[in-house]
Amino acid sequence: MVRPVVELDREGIDRLIAQLGDSGFTVIAPTLSDGTISHGPISSSQDLPVGWTEVQDAGTYRLTRREDDALFGYAVGPHSWKRFLHPPEVVVWQGDGGMTPLDLAPPPRYAFFGVRPCEMAAISIQDKVFLDSGFSDDVYRSRRTDAFIVEVECYEPGGTCFCASMGTGPGAVEGADLVVSEILDDEHRFVVRAGSDAGEEVLAALGAAEAETDVIAAAEQVVADAAARMGRTLDTDGLRAALTAQAQSERWDEIAARCLTCANCTMACPTCFCAGIDDSLSLDGAVATRTRRWDSCFGLEFSYIHGGSLRTSAASRYRQWITHKLSTWWDQFGSSGCVGCGRCITWCPVGIDITAEATAMLAEARSEEAS
Amino acid sequence: MRPLEERQPTLAVYKFASCDGCQLSLLDCEDELLAVAGAIQIANFPEASREVLPGPYDVVLVEGSITTPHDEERIHDIRRAAGVLITIGACATAGGIQALRNWKDVDDFVNIVYANPQYIETLETSTPISDHVDVDLELRGCPIDKGQLVEVIAAYLQGRKPTIPTYSVCVECKRRGTPCVMVKGTPCLGPVTQAGCNGLCPAYDRGCFGCFGPMESPNTAALADQWHALGIPANRISEAFRSFNAWSGAFREESDRWEERSPV
Repeated sequence: MVRPVVELDREGIDRLIAQLGDSGFTVIAPTLSDGTISHGPISSSQDLPVGWTEVQDAGTYRLTRREDDALFGYAVGPHSWKRFLHPPEVVVWQGDGGMTPLDLAPPPRYAFFGVRPCEMAAISIQDKVFLDSGFSDDVYRSRRTDAFIVEVECYEPGGTCFCASMGTGPGAVEGADLVVSEILDDEHRFVVRAGSDAGEEVLAALGAAEAETDVIAAAEQVVADAAARMGRTLDTDGLRAALTAQAQSERWDEIAARCLTCANCTMACPTCFCAGIDDSLSLDGAVATRTRRWDSCFGLEFSYIHGGSLRTSAASRYRQWITHKLSTWWDQFGSSGCVGCGRCITWCPVGIDITAEATAMLAEARSEEAS
Repeated sequence: MRPLEERQPTLAVYKFASCDGCQLSLLDCEDELLAVAGAIQIANFPEASREVLPGPYDVVLVEGSITTPHDEERIHDIRRAAGVLITIGACATAGGIQALRNWKDVDDFVNIVYANPQYIETLETSTPISDHVDVDLELRGCPIDKGQLVEVIAAYLQGRKPTIPTYSVCVECKRRGTPCVMVKGTPCLGPVTQAGCNGLCPAYDRGCFGCFGPMESPNTAALADQWHALGIPANRISEAFRSFNAWSGAFREESDRWEERSPV
């Protein structure tokens, strides 16, 4: 099916944002916040980080100005969209003494404006985890079903990006309602493609001119250039088997000497989905509440079963995380659990680099195989 | 005493070397205080009421560290008259900021501070309550988190295990949506510090001060190396670990390690 492709200027982007707001969506987009580019509500393109970018490397992040008025001239920030779809803390059930569930507030209808291809891929992975793996999670479904996604292709990869290695960018991946490409040559303009019926309806209502082929070609060129400028790369050939083969490697202890087991990587990761359940009762015993909170395989409690924790060493916990992410995720969900967004590298306080650690394990496995 | 099923459980609060901030957290509960008072009889809490009922008490909260020979004896009396003994705050659980004396000669301080030092009878060290008697539960923090205190009281009344996480402050920052201050360049003790404050300081763009003490598996060496890489001199690293929880295992060892290095 051929979906419509239109060209917009910045004013057109403003009309698009306004239209989504008028349709009842809470529009969330990258904004300048806490010295970072983080997600927040917007009502026009002026609320985006216009003319800003960031410098990212292992364990470091700094905002910096661009020399233009780009709307999307940066990579991904500290938080992923899972904050909205799989909230960090959510009451999943609340009841009074009669076991009658109390009404919980319905979630807002979100329009996510500025979802990067790696993030779109991450949402698709969480869709599989929460909706398509044999059960359906109410919390996730109630937020995901009506969400409208505006994906934005990347032309300014960050220092820790490696989506090109993971096949999840910098060009758009499947799943969005609209796909935006920003072009910054002599004329500042945007190519917007519909990716779903809902996206098509929005474009039709917007009444924009069809994009010319030369403009579409320019948008494609921007993405192709970006693929060659990734901050990191990861050779995934044989990686899945290598990680499980190296389960007894001494290198895990070497990584553990650096790992803080602080859980930042798992919290920043857009696909990590683990959560814990806490039940509580008000002091007078009248109201029982079941709360779900993000949890992490880096915590001791996480693997606690009768008698103790299964993964007491930091080595076993790091191994669990990276092996699940890059290897056993395939067995469980049919894809890699890593989308190459680089958050776990940037937001590790001591800068442990998943690409470097995986590469080292792969090299170890290859050399053992050769000998 | 009548069996628990026929009466309200009783609560007593005791103070040792401390600033009172932790027991004030109980009075600071405001919204929950009436519910607490409705569910448990406050039998011995001089800061709240002059009325003191005789012990033994079902739940005893102990604030402060052991710093005098008199304290050393008194805590044993308290333990004997306590059902469940819960220590509250960095002083009671780790020795507090006053444990800095443990690295020095306490007589030097006594001679500087007091006009008539001959009347002062004090110990060489400031130590946590658990060094002296069995403790059933420790609530960390300088001060403690009142939410955790209410949770512990509620859990006691309901006969369940309290939910007191032992993972890092980072988990709370991430849930709260605070971008990591360390990655933005500010040294932070959060990755080695136990949660409980809801990531308070990083939310105001400050590094964590370590009020809740070492988390469950603190890699202080790796964190300190990163601080050094960020340009923090060795003596400052040693001092950072040597605050409210200076005397607690991992913090104490790391502070010693950096004290022995050259100051830069």
